[in-house]
Amino acid sequence: MAEQPKGCARVTGTVAGGEAPQEQQPTEGQVAKKEAKMTARVGAKAPEFTAPAYYKGEFTSVNLADYAGKWLMLCFYPGDFTFV
Amino acid sequence: MEVISVSVDSHFVHKMWNDHELVKMVDGGVPFHMASDQAGNLGRAYGVWDENQGIEMRGRFIIDPDGIIQAMEVMTPPVGRKLAETLRQIQAFQHVRKTKGAEATPAGWEPGQETLKPGPGLVGKVWEVWKPSMEK
Repeated sequence: MAEQPKGCARVTGTVAGGEAPQEQQPTEGQVAKKEAKMTARVGAKAPEFTAPAYYKGEFTSVNLADYAGKWLMLCFYPGDFTFV
Repeated sequence: MEVISVSVDSHFVHKMWNDHELVKMVDGGVPFHMASDQAGNLGRAYGVWDENQGIEMRGRFIIDPDGIIQAMEVMTPPVGRKLAETLRQIQAFQHVRKTKGAEATPAGWEPGQETLKPGPGLVGKVWEVWKPSMEK
């Protein structure tokens, strides 16, 4: 069942097993940094995720698990309405 | 083959971009899911998140039917991808999968060309079956 983001809700994508970034107490002269956890590796299982999506006129959600058994091209890009 | 695209834009912006610009490039508009990754969680997990600008870099992942990433290509934003190369790679991975690894595709391989059959008999003899000039 695809979930529809409701109204003005700005749900965002989540990764299975992902944790909220740990808040670090800034030490002197340091800026608190968010943990960047890259888990994707070629030859290993693709990190599972769920994210809101636009699909053929509908607001829905997309789930990596739904693509099991199929070849998938997953494309990240900087932004809509940009140039390349 | 399925496709999912991901950027930090919300699903609202995806709709506007599709309905106003992409339909002019693609008949009927975009035929696949356009995902929204505003918080960058997907981008971080896939190693394409640009922390400084809060956007995704140009990362492309080929994932096989078992959910294994077979290939990735990540570029900084100014340079676009070549779809023909991605399709070539997918066809190569599909061929390898179909032969259960008995065959491998050599450099520059395109569908219809000869593949390699790795094994002890091929050691030192690749030159007999493959030449660099085979890559177009």
